[in-house]
Amino acid sequence: MAAKTLTIDGKQISAFEGATVLQAAEEAGIPIPTLCHLDGVYDIGACRICLVEVEGVAKLLPACTTRVREGMEVRTDTERLRNYRRMILELLFAERNHVCAVCVSNGHCELQTLAYEHGMDHVRYEYRFPKWDLDVTHRLYGMDHNRCILCNRCVRACWHIEGAGTKNVAGRGARAHIISDLNQPWGDSESCTSCGKCVDACPTGALFKKGATAGEMAHNRAKLEFIVTAREKKQWIASE
Amino acid sequence: MSFLDLDEWLVDLAAAVDVVYSPIMDIKEYPENVDVVLVEGAIANEDHVELMHRIRANTKVVVAFGDCAVTGNVTALRNPLGDPENVLQRAYKDAADIAPQYPAEKDIVPRLTPRVTPVHELVKVDLFLPGCPPPAPRIKLFLEQLLAGKGERLAGANIKFG
Repeated sequence: MAAKTLTIDGKQISAFEGATVLQAAEEAGIPIPTLCHLDGVYDIGACRICLVEVEGVAKLLPACTTRVREGMEVRTDTERLRNYRRMILELLFAERNHVCAVCVSNGHCELQTLAYEHGMDHVRYEYRFPKWDLDVTHRLYGMDHNRCILCNRCVRACWHIEGAGTKNVAGRGARAHIISDLNQPWGDSESCTSCGKCVDACPTGALFKKGATAGEMAHNRAKLEFIVTAREKKQWIASE
Repeated sequence: MSFLDLDEWLVDLAAAVDVVYSPIMDIKEYPENVDVVLVEGAIANEDHVELMHRIRANTKVVVAFGDCAVTGNVTALRNPLGDPENVLQRAYKDAADIAPQYPAEKDIVPRLTPRVTPVHELVKVDLFLPGCPPPAPRIKLFLEQLLAGKGERLAGANIKFG
């Protein structure tokens, strides 16, 4: 594969053709915040947290789905980007009912962590307070739509790491939501293997292990990494 | 309670400020020309609305203190249920063993607002101190900055909700 040279935040780097800006930045040790990105499954550019500026392009581009080009000049950390990222986070918090104090993922939540990293000390938009239900029909796991940010990580983990295809998205716009099989109770799903990869893929407390109480549940991403490494590199190594 | 976790620093604080109003003090009317107010809790009833407007008009720095004031938090859990009537119905009629009735003593029990809102949806808020509760070291850091006349917004993990 041919190499491409580009600059990210003024730093000259090279990346393989076909690599994404996010991969190139990661390789060069330049951090770009992500939310819907999950190592091991394809990127969909859903959350827009990883937006970057590219010289000569008027609009902002998601680093996770933008391929590197020769001579590309990328900026990952500008005033404009920081403003938009905070705005995105605030909109995510305003869209559903995120109550950190009583959430199983309090203290282990990617959304919460990103929020304080981006200086979100309050939400400037009016909270929508929509009515969403819980699905606790599964023997081991629960789904709380109030905490879902529609990153689709669970859907991609279910289809492309586990290969079960239980999780899907139904509805449009603000009524879009995660469903099991043909929009039936999770507990009645015939395709679900109860592997729990969706739960470990979830960045918030939307998918949780039953029995966990506030602040108690940390996602075990190592399990997903183990399988993905095994598949891509044919190496069965557990990360510490 | 988290405020009381400031322990002996409360003595230093008492020497540096005059406490002029609090729900647990004898004073009934919010005074004029207040420098700083720490507002706890969300806007949930008509008394809150009235008091909050009076506070804003008479205070230089309004601080939303804790998650309920900043986001609505647990107190706003009633919002997705719609009309406050639904909540009252459940709490005071459906679940009542004897004499089911709404608490509605005139001039004593304020009416609930249609929905619970964070303080900044009602009036301008100058500074935010999230946390449920904000841990004592965070409160101390925040108040020290205020006392030093800086009054800066907190950053990093000091603005973690929950």
